[in-house]
Amino acid sequence: MPVLAVFLGLAGGAIVIVISNAASGRGFDLLLPLRAYASMLTGAVTGVDELVRTMSEATPLILAGLSVAVGFKAGLFNIGANGQFLMGALGAGAVGAAVAGWTPWLAIPIALAGGMFFGALYGFIPGALKAWTGAHEVVTTIMLNFIAAALVAFLVTGPLLAPGFSFARTGDVGNAAFPAIGNVAASGHIGILVAFAAVPIIYWLLNRSVLGFEIRMVGANPSAARYAGINPGRLVILTMSLAGMLAGMAGAGQVLGITHFVSASFSTAAGFDAITIALLGRVHPVGVLFAALLFGVMRAGSALMQIQVRVPVEIIDVIQAVILLFLTAEILVRWIFRVRVERAGLEELKTITKTYGQATR
Amino acid sequence: MQPDAESGRDHVVPAAPTSGPEPQVVLEMRGITKRYPGVLANDHIDLELRDGEIHALLGENGAGKSTLMNILYGLVTPDEGEILLNGEPIQIREPSDAIARGISMVHQHFMLVPVFSVADNIQLGQEPMANRVFLDRRAAHERIRALGNAFGFEIDPDAKVETLSVGWQQRVEILKALDRKAEVLVLDEPTAVLTPQETKEIFGVLRRLAAEGHSIIFISHKLYEVMEIADRITVIRRGRVVGTRLPAETNEDDLAELMVGREVELTVDRGESHPTEPALVIRDLRVNDDRGHEAVRGVSLEVRAGEILGIAGVAGNGQNELVQALTGLRRPAAGQVTLGGKDVTGASPRALYDAGLAHVPGDRQEYGLVLSFPIKDNLVLTGYHRSPFRRGFVRDDEAVDAWADKLIGTYDIRTHSGEVAASTLSGGNQQKAVVAREFSRDLKALILDQPTRGLDVGSIEFIHRQAVVKRDQGTAILLVSAELDEVMEISDRIAVMYRGEVVSVVDGRTANREEVGLLMATGRRDVLPETRVMTSE
Amino acid sequence: MEVVFEIPVIGLILQFVAYLVQVMPSLAPIILGISVPIAFGALCGVMNERSGVVNIGIEGMMLMSAFFGFIAAGFTAEVIGEQVIGPFSATVPLLLGVLVALATAMLLSVLHAWLCISVRADQIISGVIINLLAFGLTGYLNRIFISPNPGLGGGTFSSFHPPSWLVDIPLVGWLFSMFLEHGPISMTLIVFVIGLQILLFRSRWGLRTRAVGEHPRAADTLGIDVFRLRYRNVILGGVFAGLAGAYLTLEQVGAFQNGMTVGRGFIALACVIFGRWTPIGAFGAALLFAGTAVFGRAVNITPPTGNLAPLGDFLSSIPQQFYGVLPYVVTIIILAGVVGRSIPPAADGRPYEKEGQAA
Repeated sequence: MPVLAVFLGLAGGAIVIVISNAASGRGFDLLLPLRAYASMLTGAVTGVDELVRTMSEATPLILAGLSVAVGFKAGLFNIGANGQFLMGALGAGAVGAAVAGWTPWLAIPIALAGGMFFGALYGFIPGALKAWTGAHEVVTTIMLNFIAAALVAFLVTGPLLAPGFSFARTGDVGNAAFPAIGNVAASGHIGILVAFAAVPIIYWLLNRSVLGFEIRMVGANPSAARYAGINPGRLVILTMSLAGMLAGMAGAGQVLGITHFVSASFSTAAGFDAITIALLGRVHPVGVLFAALLFGVMRAGSALMQIQVRVPVEIIDVIQAVILLFLTAEILVRWIFRVRVERAGLEELKTITKTYGQATR
Repeated sequence: MQPDAESGRDHVVPAAPTSGPEPQVVLEMRGITKRYPGVLANDHIDLELRDGEIHALLGENGAGKSTLMNILYGLVTPDEGEILLNGEPIQIREPSDAIARGISMVHQHFMLVPVFSVADNIQLGQEPMANRVFLDRRAAHERIRALGNAFGFEIDPDAKVETLSVGWQQRVEILKALDRKAEVLVLDEPTAVLTPQETKEIFGVLRRLAAEGHSIIFISHKLYEVMEIADRITVIRRGRVVGTRLPAETNEDDLAELMVGREVELTVDRGESHPTEPALVIRDLRVNDDRGHEAVRGVSLEVRAGEILGIAGVAGNGQNELVQALTGLRRPAAGQVTLGGKDVTGASPRALYDAGLAHVPGDRQEYGLVLSFPIKDNLVLTGYHRSPFRRGFVRDDEAVDAWADKLIGTYDIRTHSGEVAASTLSGGNQQKAVVAREFSRDLKALILDQPTRGLDVGSIEFIHRQAVVKRDQGTAILLVSAELDEVMEISDRIAVMYRGEVVSVVDGRTANREEVGLLMATGRRDVLPETRVMTSE
Repeated sequence: MEVVFEIPVIGLILQFVAYLVQVMPSLAPIILGISVPIAFGALCGVMNERSGVVNIGIEGMMLMSAFFGFIAAGFTAEVIGEQVIGPFSATVPLLLGVLVALATAMLLSVLHAWLCISVRADQIISGVIINLLAFGLTGYLNRIFISPNPGLGGGTFSSFHPPSWLVDIPLVGWLFSMFLEHGPISMTLIVFVIGLQILLFRSRWGLRTRAVGEHPRAADTLGIDVFRLRYRNVILGGVFAGLAGAYLTLEQVGAFQNGMTVGRGFIALACVIFGRWTPIGAFGAALLFAGTAVFGRAVNITPPTGNLAPLGDFLSSIPQQFYGVLPYVVTIIILAGVVGRSIPPAADGRPYEKEGQAA
């Protein structure tokens, strides 16, 4: 079913490509989408450098996808992964710059921990708001995303500004940088290993640990969870902090692995990709991994696609939306393919909408 | 035959059921069949309703009575069968069709919008209009007041429904149905939430309506009520009609046997209880409801080990808040609760569990189970945090599996595996799972909240028997139920709650049903309830 | 009067209030202007949620309608020119742009309605889909159609200017300025707010809508078609989102930028909650948000004097960026403070299933 949704998403993107191409006066080119997708694939998997770049694109997506998925398991919609990503990046950049001269054995973990901490903090805020006041995380996290961008701009041009550069940015993280993998141009780094390691850890946490059982119970039926002795508020806060930490790791990885500093206009779309990734992966850590790899391919290959075929990279966002549409309305997939598909709906999703506008009691 | 000036339809003057010419058949349902996945809810059911009669539809929970009436009302489409009104076949595809044909229904669960006023609820769907767009509120008020007066009630059209007592909400529901000029009136378990006195009142109203030419279908699972009010009784079992009787020709045992299909012990033998010292002591407890009003006003009770104390009362007199305060789901405002001598006032559900208290909640699907989880996880829902089900941070899956297998066997929970989701269980088996989980450990006290609501007779028997067993093991049991019968059947002592206070505690064996009913309705033994004037609470 | 101001602490607060009263009226038209897209978004939200449907895709609807309205006006202007044919400098391209904006939002509403009501998908996800689609599609098409044509555009509606004798009326003159010194779309806002409020609580449609949002099964048993009512309301709600989008590109600025809605569709949701799901309440909340957005500017233009001067210095020294995020912060504060006490329509967010349907 997710495979079908992806296929239909690509088809939807293809339709948009063809129509918009025709409407802009460049003729009705039915093969254009195929050339576009081919070039995307070429840019992503046809060489060692390309593969490395794909993995590097996928790294933050895996972590952000896990962040959203963990939220979903508890019946929480973490749309704030973007903001948490930024905070994690900023935290890693600032701490990294501060420990830039230390030995890498200390600098790297400390900087990474800095990123994780600030990401967790930025997840804690909406979690606490939800637990103590009932403010629904959907709106608060979106607000926090905007605030995070402003915070980054403010801090980088202010207290964290590194002198001597031609544009506003933090200092270089020096020894806190992740060791590179492969060709410099491919931006590979060991962050990919961190991301890969997170998958089984999160799986184990959710399915074998007592905490995971509690998280899943709160997501499936918060009333029963209260009856069963769980403090839902405590769990909401814990889960959002955990989700924030994961998204923060994604941001830290970007800074420590690729850019090595934070600019005032540092931004990302990983948080929104993460939503589709989490749902495409059926909110299962392994599924998230594969979905993130798919998106990694798309994002990595899109640069080449834009150069070679002149299809703007934003088409990926369109494809994403269509994939999500078919995941949600599996009835459409059924109708198009005449196959029996099980509902993509998850119990946890019901809890998300149910708590909209009502305080967690 | 005289044309009825109002409806324009031929209207037969109703004859008394036992004399004169054969009364006209107003409504006939023939061969009604409805299948749901895995269940044949209605199996070729034939039903005949005569003009001016009160026809009872009797069957236990889940027998298919509500489905049949939902088909009549257009909420459900049948797979086979036809409906004839006054001899001609009609199509009912949705409620507006039924309403247009003069069929009105009072549902088991109130179909009232709580935040709307009485007037808004009654006029909804056929609002008097001042012009094409705007409502005519004054006309609506007039009509409702007139309607109330016709039946001897004083109605406040502006009262918000959520502030009314359940008895008055029931009356509003009935008025709502009558306001639609119903020829056929269907009532689904109308007395479920009423006191014996209110039940008598409603029966009086129904008899009057029947005499005035309305034809009534009365759904119930309560034998003595059906014997009292019905002109004819049709019994349904497992989706099939198993017999139609006249009350004069039958009795409760006969009907019970028809309902269940075998000889039924109507009461569980509760035997002698040997209570010892008090295990659960409640002193002067005060609890507020969601709106901040005092719902429990200084309740003091003692439940002794080895006895069942039943709390009787009309729903909405503070029982919910009392149970919530005792089980950690709501903080008391004042007072003290001790369990086995230990102060547990305001303790969390987890702390209470660890202290030896178990709670079977009133809503098994919302609170008692996580339906999407496997049955085995549900069987450790309240105990997963203790060994042997956990080892540090990790769960011990083997221990959980073993425990689940044991409980499924002992309690005969009908499922082929503990791995499937709890949603696959029937209602009775779901409740058995909850009971299995909570009963299977050493307990100081046990709180049962509506433990047999919506269950079939077999499951009800089972749960009552298990409760008696638990009592004889020395557990103190507090039973809260809106079903007076249940309370009277297995309680050793009965406490009556009225407006947040315990107004009386009587012996369970010698209690008088009428007396308890009066206490439930008015808080006093000697005063009849005021049923004429609507009061907001 | 000044004596009152001398009272410690309270006097300071009163001074502050007096300052606001002095400064804000001149800003009132600006405040209303800023509130227009938020308020229209909130009206869309009210229509949806009163019927029982949660719609967090208002942001996406606004963005899409802003884009397509702009494109329609722009291309039409290239083809037939920009001849003024009516008041407010209305041209055919502009009017067409408005229509296209409305149609776009209504189409997206059809999608949302279908997903929420017929497919019974999770309603928040449906909103996310609309937002993603909007951001992706507008970003993509922006690159293809607008970037290569920097001069594209159909202009904007111009504002009406009430006569000066009206505005100069003491005490209430500023109200005329506030509501009348605007383009056509803004002026319709107050009409819609009052109209919707009256209809919601005094008309048959309003009664049935609220019933469907509170207890759809009760309405169903009384013969009301729950599905049709919800569909109609969600689609009509799209009109408001379309007006918000049209305002952005056809009245406020004559250009389109990626993501130009900057979260106002979400702030609108907070307004709905804060306004207790009433049109007038939501409008008031929108004015409040607009006020906070303008506050920073106000402090800089007309700094407080006298005893408040230190406060004025402090407020002026806060970087404009903080004022930029003030609406977002206020949204969070309001949600945190109000939500627990504000009760939504009881069936909000719950898809309705008729009893006889197989799951």
